[in-house]
Amino acid sequence: MAEVTLSSFIVLGVALFMLLNSAAIAVYAERRVAAFIQNRMGPNRVGPAGLLQPIADVLKLLLKEDVTPTEGNKFIHAVAPMIPVITALMTVAVIPFGEGLYATNINASVLYLLAVASLGVYGVTLAGWASNSKYSLLGGLRAAAQMISYELPLGMAVASVVIFVGSLRVVDIAAYQETWWFFFLNPLGAIIFIIAAFAESNRTPFDLVEAEQELVGGFHTEYSSMKFGMFFLAEYMHVVINSMLMTTFFFGAYHLPFAGYWLPELSPLVKGILDVSVFTIKTGFFMFLFIWVRWTIPRFKYNQVMKLGWSRLLPLSIANFIVIAAILFFIVN
Amino acid sequence: MITNFGYVLLFIITGALFVGVALFVSKLIRPDRPNDTKLMTYECGEIPFGDARIQFNNRFYIIGLMFLIFEVEILLLFPWAVVFKEIGWFAFFVMFVFVFLIFIGFIYELGKGELKWDIPAPLIPRYEENVGVIEEEEKRETVPSAKKL
Repeated sequence: MAEVTLSSFIVLGVALFMLLNSAAIAVYAERRVAAFIQNRMGPNRVGPAGLLQPIADVLKLLLKEDVTPTEGNKFIHAVAPMIPVITALMTVAVIPFGEGLYATNINASVLYLLAVASLGVYGVTLAGWASNSKYSLLGGLRAAAQMISYELPLGMAVASVVIFVGSLRVVDIAAYQETWWFFFLNPLGAIIFIIAAFAESNRTPFDLVEAEQELVGGFHTEYSSMKFGMFFLAEYMHVVINSMLMTTFFFGAYHLPFAGYWLPELSPLVKGILDVSVFTIKTGFFMFLFIWVRWTIPRFKYNQVMKLGWSRLLPLSIANFIVIAAILFFIVN
Repeated sequence: MITNFGYVLLFIITGALFVGVALFVSKLIRPDRPNDTKLMTYECGEIPFGDARIQFNNRFYIIGLMFLIFEVEILLLFPWAVVFKEIGWFAFFVMFVFVFLIFIGFIYELGKGELKWDIPAPLIPRYEENVGVIEEEEKRETVPSAKKL
C-alpha cells in the first residue's frame, strides 16, 4: 500500500501503451523475419521499410464486415475474443521493468500470474464452442487440453524458482537475480519454462490449435473483422508477455549478467534507463526466439504434444523441483 | 487511495475499455450486409451437415480431471516453497510423502494408458490377381510404436 505512488499510474499508462505497440511490432517483425528466413522481401511498401504495415492491417480489419454464423451462440461468440486480450493486459500489471518501476507489487503476484495465464484458455475454448463449426470445436478442444497440460510444468518451473527466493512477489524474484540469474542456478527449470511457454501461447511447434492443414483456421475459423483482429492481437500479446515472463523469472529480469559483482552504484535516473533498456533487449531477444522457432521447427502431432507434456515434462519438472528443494534444505541450509 | 489490488482492477478496466472501444468503433464503420450463404457455418464450401456439438473424445475429460489433481498439488507446493527453510524436518518430509503419493497415482494412470493418444494403423489396400483391391479391415490395429508409453 505504501509503495503505490504516482509512478504506478505512469507505469500503468506506459506499460499498456508499450504492450500494444510491441504487439504491433511483433506482427511486423514476424513477417519480416519470416521473409528473411525464407529469402524473400516481406512487407516493405507501407511507410519506411514497411513499418506502418500493422496500422494498415488494423485499418483493414476495422473496415471488414463481421460475420456471426446463425447456428452459433451470438453472445459467447462476441465475448470470447475479448477474454485473451484482457488477460494479456492484466498480466503486465505485476511485471517489474526496472528497480522500482512496476505498476503494483501485490503479495501473491506469482499466483496471480499463473491464475491470469490460465484464464486465457477460456477465450479460445469458448470461441471454438460458440462458433458451432466442426473445425472450431476441434481447435477449441485441442486448445483446452494442450493449455491445461502445459500449465502444470509451467507452474512447477515457477515453483522451483520460488523456493530459492522464499517470496511470492515477482519484484523479489527479479531483485534476487542481481548476481546469479536463475538460468544458471536452475537451467532445467528454465528450459521447461520456455517449452511450456511456447505451448501456452499456442505457437509453433505447438500450434495444433489452428493447424491450417487440418483445421482450416482452428478456433477462429468463424471469426472475421475486428473480432478476428482481437485474437490476432492476443496471440502476439501473449508472445510479448511470455517473453517478459521468461526474462523476469529466469534471465535476470532487468539485471545485466552478474551485475551485483561488477556494476557500480548509479544515479536513479541512469539506473532506471539502464534497467528498462536491458529488460527491453532481453524481451526482444525472446520475441525473436519465438519467431525463429516458428519458421524453423515443424509442428508436432497431437499425440506427441500430449506425450511430451504429460509423460516427459511433468515428471521432469516435479523431479527438478524435489531435487532443488532437497539441495537447498540439506546443503545450503 | 488505491490499494495494490486496486491497480490490478485498473488494468482490468483499462483492458476492457480498450477492447470495448475497438469493437464498438469497428461496429460503427464497417459494412453490414448479411445473407444466408454468408452466415452459413463454414465447411469448405459444402452445405454443412449435422450439429458441431458432437460427443467428443473422452480423453479430453480425463485430461481435465488429471489437471485438477496436479494443479491442486502445485498450489499446495507454493506456500510450502515459500517457508520450507524454516519449517523443520517433519513438515519438509510430509510434502515429500504427499508428492510421492500423487506421483504413484500418476504412474498408475500412465501405465493404464489413459494418457495415451493412439493413432490407428494406416489402412493399406492390397491388390490380388482376379480378386481386385482388398482392404483388410480385420487386421487393423494400433501402430506398435504407439503401444509403448
